[in-house]
Amino acid sequence: MSFNSKSGSNRIAGAGRLTPAKVVRFTFDGQHFTGLEGDTLASALLANGVHLVGRSFKYHRPRGILSAGAEEPNALVGIERDRTRRQPNVRATVQEVYDGLKAVSQNRWPSLGFDIGSLNDLMSPFFTAGFYYKTFMWPKAAWKSLYEPNIRAAAGLGEAPDEPDADHYASRFAHCDVLVIGAGAAGLSAALAAAETGAQVIICDEQAQVGGALRYDSGARIEGRPGYEWAQETAARLAKMDNVRMLTRTTAFGYYAQNFVGLVERVTEHMARPAHDLPREKLWQVRARRVILATGAIERHMVFADNDRPGIMLAAAARTYLNHYGVAVGRKVGVYTANDSAYAAAIDLKRAGIDIPAIVDLRDAPASDLIEEVRGLGIEVLAGHAVKKVGGTRRVSSLTVTPKNGGSTRSIPVDALINSAGWTPSVHLFSQSRGKVRWDKEAERFLPGTYVQDCVSVGACNGTDGLQETIDEALAAGEHMAREAGVASKAKGTKLTASGGASWAGGMIGSAPGAGPDTTVKAFIDFQNDVTAKDIRQAVREGMHSIEHVKRFTTTGMATDQGKTSNLHGLAIAAEALQRDIPEVGLTTFRPPYTPVTFGAIVNHARHELFDPTRRTPMHAWHEAHGAVFEDVGQWKRPWYYPRPGEDMHKAVDRECVAVRNAAGIFDASTLGKIEVVGPDAAKFLELLYTNPWAKLGVGRLRYGVMLREDGFIYDDGVVGRIAEDRFHVTTTTGGAPRVMHHMEDYLQTEFPHLDVWITSTTEQWAVIAVQGPKARDIIAPLVEGIDLSTEAFPHMSVREGKICGVPTRLFRMSFTGEMGYEINVPADYGQAVWEAIYESGKPYGLAPYGTETMHVLRAEKGYIIVGQDTDGTVTPYDAGLAWAIGKNKTDFVGIRGLKRPDLVAEGRKQLVGLKTRDPKTVLEEGAQIVADPKQAIPMTIIGHVTSSYWSENCGRSIALALVANGSKRLGETLYVPMPDGVIEVEVTGPVFIDEKGERLHG
Amino acid sequence: MAKPAISPSIARNLPLTGRHGGTGLVSILPAEPAFRTSLRARPDALGTLSKALGVALPEKPKSSVTAGTRTALWLGPDEWLVIDTGGKDPAADLAKVKVLHSAVDVSQRNTAILVSGPAAEATINAGCPQDLSLAVFPVGAVSRTVLGKIEIVLWRTGEYTFRVECWRSFSVYAFTFLSEAARNAMI
Repeated sequence: MSFNSKSGSNRIAGAGRLTPAKVVRFTFDGQHFTGLEGDTLASALLANGVHLVGRSFKYHRPRGILSAGAEEPNALVGIERDRTRRQPNVRATVQEVYDGLKAVSQNRWPSLGFDIGSLNDLMSPFFTAGFYYKTFMWPKAAWKSLYEPNIRAAAGLGEAPDEPDADHYASRFAHCDVLVIGAGAAGLSAALAAAETGAQVIICDEQAQVGGALRYDSGARIEGRPGYEWAQETAARLAKMDNVRMLTRTTAFGYYAQNFVGLVERVTEHMARPAHDLPREKLWQVRARRVILATGAIERHMVFADNDRPGIMLAAAARTYLNHYGVAVGRKVGVYTANDSAYAAAIDLKRAGIDIPAIVDLRDAPASDLIEEVRGLGIEVLAGHAVKKVGGTRRVSSLTVTPKNGGSTRSIPVDALINSAGWTPSVHLFSQSRGKVRWDKEAERFLPGTYVQDCVSVGACNGTDGLQETIDEALAAGEHMAREAGVASKAKGTKLTASGGASWAGGMIGSAPGAGPDTTVKAFIDFQNDVTAKDIRQAVREGMHSIEHVKRFTTTGMATDQGKTSNLHGLAIAAEALQRDIPEVGLTTFRPPYTPVTFGAIVNHARHELFDPTRRTPMHAWHEAHGAVFEDVGQWKRPWYYPRPGEDMHKAVDRECVAVRNAAGIFDASTLGKIEVVGPDAAKFLELLYTNPWAKLGVGRLRYGVMLREDGFIYDDGVVGRIAEDRFHVTTTTGGAPRVMHHMEDYLQTEFPHLDVWITSTTEQWAVIAVQGPKARDIIAPLVEGIDLSTEAFPHMSVREGKICGVPTRLFRMSFTGEMGYEINVPADYGQAVWEAIYESGKPYGLAPYGTETMHVLRAEKGYIIVGQDTDGTVTPYDAGLAWAIGKNKTDFVGIRGLKRPDLVAEGRKQLVGLKTRDPKTVLEEGAQIVADPKQAIPMTIIGHVTSSYWSENCGRSIALALVANGSKRLGETLYVPMPDGVIEVEVTGPVFIDEKGERLHG
Repeated sequence: MAKPAISPSIARNLPLTGRHGGTGLVSILPAEPAFRTSLRARPDALGTLSKALGVALPEKPKSSVTAGTRTALWLGPDEWLVIDTGGKDPAADLAKVKVLHSAVDVSQRNTAILVSGPAAEATINAGCPQDLSLAVFPVGAVSRTVLGKIEIVLWRTGEYTFRVECWRSFSVYAFTFLSEAARNAMI
């Protein structure tokens, strides 16, 4: 054996598949190392003899590298590309090294070698399962102020980045006939057979290279070639086919309904200097007609005392590091096993020149041919033996071995220990698909049982042993699923000849001797959450009888690795303690994601301006140019007010309010919802949707309509114009536009399908310019063509079609201010130009643009309600003073029965009133509660609340609207609004504060 | 009242004026203004309406029929979007038609974005969950669907060209989304 020190002292010359010349430099905790291109961080660290890579979650125990794949529970590190790109909890076994990579260990202070937190390990008798639940119960108040903040600070793995994510992410929806998940021997064979039928195939694998177990299985041969070579050739062949998409570094993380599978492709995580325009990750959302699961199996560790010491790792992982990365995990490597596959690892290591002092096999009689083979290589086999304990803290240094039924002990010096308790088929995605697993009693494993979706499992994840059997099964499945997907089969019936491959059966689950029930040893089941065999037993003793309870009490399987290596051990120990069969105790359901997914990939494009659509009106640019301050109303940006130099909001609103009542104002009402109701039954339809009568509304007339829900409460309101006998122009509130449209469509399709009427949203067809005030007519008159604007010809609440500025208009004479005015509808593209023309025309008259705040004040001065502000879903038209809007002779409309409910007609309901503060300068707070007697004991009896409140410059005082119990009978009464800094006295009034008779409307 | 003084010409402001996006593989451009009519009718009226429009209203889901500059896009069993890019208003052609129907002018409710190039399909698929492969969504195919967080009407006008119709105030979102998606469409 010769070691190549250039890329690490444990790199074996001639071993592995990486190119020795392609050296990359990286740092771990500030220390400089070299690795090779294609290394994972784990393989590169191991090549440099580094096993200690982190501290555990709870006890801060030193931890090393357990695996060589996505199941890694221990080797979690932080990766820091730059200040804005810091990713905690990256599995070193997945992260590929690149030149300049900077990795840091986690959960240690001040350093990885000396960690204050490891005192927790000494205190561990106090930190048993359920510790948090029991210890921090008293005093109760301390949980929020003391315990929780401190526990949160001490807990957690890694440091979350504190800067916005500088990367961007890509997204793609894709469809295919067959999605193959996993590109080992099974997945590649299945994809090949499916692709040869002409089916559209997507195949993905989480590793950087295809091959799966062929990466380490030195004995596998396919078509006369080493298995790994065959895999690369097959992948290249697939990638060249037009109907195949080959995705490596791509994890299928979630299997959802109707064969919808989420994949994340890591695009730049392995690159030293990714091109600026490349996305960090790409989210694939795949809808597959058929899915083939070829997800393999995960090796389990042996459960024995201090089995978490750095240097102790899975046998197949050690084999991968050797055969793929050319790295020896130690110079003197012990083996502890309960199944055959560790023998293959021992043989590979031994042949590479690594000293294997002994194979400790828990079984009394391992297969004799294996024993022959290893003994032939000079390896001692200790059958029927167990590892009782290990020496070394930051790196394993020795094994203490004893016959499992007792006897003399023996110490064997080692610098690494590889172990295998057997293989757990990866049924995670199958379980996510809602498939039901079945218990294979003989081989002690869960396998796919009842399928719920159109998928099939092949190879190791299906419990299929042997390479030839796996490939045969996969080829058949590929062709079958393609045909099932509807592809007319022109399959070639490809056959592949293979030899070698492993048996995935055998081994043990649960704890090995030495992790005895009532000792203090720490025999870990779940490395990431620091759960030991005795924690599981304790949970059972304390009454947790379901695996779901055991899991939550001990947190086993609840870490980011979701117990990929630990679940079966935990289950077996619980079952043993409960003296029940494993299927009776039950397996927890696997849920997405299979491995952690970044927020970036999920959020994807939906950041910044794509977080939510920002809707702007056709006149937005004008508002901006004229200094408008905008208010968000749903997704819309609406001008709130237009401050002049030196004005604050109050001054601007006061000025705008006065201008409208004294001259005129111009207001952008484009966001109002608009619906065109067309058909011979249009009026009939509106009769059913609104409380008001519509049949007799003349063409060219407007009416204010109130819409209820079935329960009788106000849902929306708006002015409706009759454009023709069979055509209405309906307006809704800005926020209500989509739901009113849906409400109407819903009733039309389900309750009133007999009506000849259709509805069409026209919200965005029209820009709407409100011109309000005594000078409104004079201002628009020079621009209007074809409409007689005189009150006689065009009275309040009418609509006319004509032209303004040469543009077709639906001109509404209506008012939401109490002033005479218009709402001018023009096709949206012309909105800004018409607005500008009106603004110019109005300048000599003192026309002022006004925003939503002024609109709110002006309408409140008139007692006009805003649905959603003065109503809250419990207000009837009677409560809101809108009884007049209910057609007295109508026999049906949505909500008519609701309105008759006893509660809704009872005396004393909350009703809309006006409030005047005793001190006219005091402006009430919206939402403030109202009481009849401010001296009563707390909690006081609340009789209502303030819904709208403003300073009214026009009234020279504050005004407010409120919902008050029995309000309409309280006019003139004094009520009280208790506030933190004193009680405010108010007088109940009617809701109209200006022009009670409405004379100004008629101009 | 004084005789109205009509402005001789009035500026038309299109929502996406001046924008262009895309890469060498896909171009993203605002479409020219067009006439659009939202048409609703039952099967017995289709013959008369088709005749008046000069285009046969398609009855096959997710399809369209084009005649000259006018295309009828199937949106639902009783719903079509009729687009005319040649300056002839379909609503005007329907004004005198007596058979039961609803025609509503939505010319300026919608605006359109033209997405074209080899990466057009992939760009749209960044935010649209539909299968846009030619076999499933051939030239002429139409669907009212979603793009990211908004509703669109997607119309494939060629192997590598799509017209994305959306409401006016959502057009900036649609344009920005498509431009962003175009950056990495073919990766």
